[in-house]
Amino acid sequence: MTWQWFHRLGSPRWFYQKTGAWLPWLALASVVLLTIGSVWGLGFAPQDAKQGNSYRIIYIHVPAAFLALAGYYIMAISGAIGLIWKMKLSFAVMRAAAPIGAALTFVALFTGAVWGKPTWGTYWVWDARITSMLILLFLYIGVIALARAFSREQVADKACALLALVGTVNIPIIYKSVDWWFTLHQPATIKLTQSSSIDPSMFYPLLTMIVGFYCLYAWTLISHTRTLVLQREWRTQWVQQELPGEEAQGGEGK
Amino acid sequence: MQFQFENIAEFLAMQGHGPYVWISYAVTFAVLAALAVYPPLRRRQLQRELQRQQRIQQRRRQVKQNKMAEPA
Repeated sequence: MTWQWFHRLGSPRWFYQKTGAWLPWLALASVVLLTIGSVWGLGFAPQDAKQGNSYRIIYIHVPAAFLALAGYYIMAISGAIGLIWKMKLSFAVMRAAAPIGAALTFVALFTGAVWGKPTWGTYWVWDARITSMLILLFLYIGVIALARAFSREQVADKACALLALVGTVNIPIIYKSVDWWFTLHQPATIKLTQSSSIDPSMFYPLLTMIVGFYCLYAWTLISHTRTLVLQREWRTQWVQQELPGEEAQGGEGK
Repeated sequence: MQFQFENIAEFLAMQGHGPYVWISYAVTFAVLAALAVYPPLRRRQLQRELQRQQRIQQRRRQVKQNKMAEPA
């Protein structure tokens, strides 16, 4: 049947065995891209005319914020798929996405605060963009905390999926916050529909970092999901074969 | 494309913005590294836990067998 691939995709075992080979390549790509992007952005991209060198924080701030938002979509959509089709793997992806998203949101907020000090003269302002990002962090933390509040995994999965879905209302608010409200935060640097307000000599290192962050996101999401799968399928034969078997070969990093 | 700074000292100072830039990069990469190393560590933890459980089960089975073998 045409839907067979979809059901196979839902099988934790199939996912585990399929994705093992991708991890080293994703890890390699993210390390290489992030190294090139950082060196380029820190040392070789020209200085900003208005902000001087502090603008170099953009090369980690923007990619982290991008992935914090994209990661929320991934978490909410996999939660929805889990609710609708009762797919075990989908819930595992949702649960794995929460700590990664929280970490990236924290990075975006932290680098933004540090960047704000030399640029705006303050670490923190309660303006629309920053406050809505803080709410995003609380949503991620809420999903993590909610998951721990239940002793039964199936109940926890459903509750987390609902919270994640309700929280999606925050995402368009974050995107549009710089247009809807008067804010200190500068408007979007990169636009899909119009030409970007950034010079190519600054844009290419930024693009390198964004692609690098995407690779890192894919890598960590897959590897976090894999450990969750192992933990949840604990009692099955294939996990019991998987775990001691690999130690005998003397390594976990396959 | 060329290096934007005269020397390494100026690169680190970034005209006074150095501390802001470097702390941002340091914290970011520390967080990213933590995300990357967590799964293998957790996996090893699960592995040890599973082996412990298996040893316990094995011991229980042995105790049961010994009891059965004992003459009445």
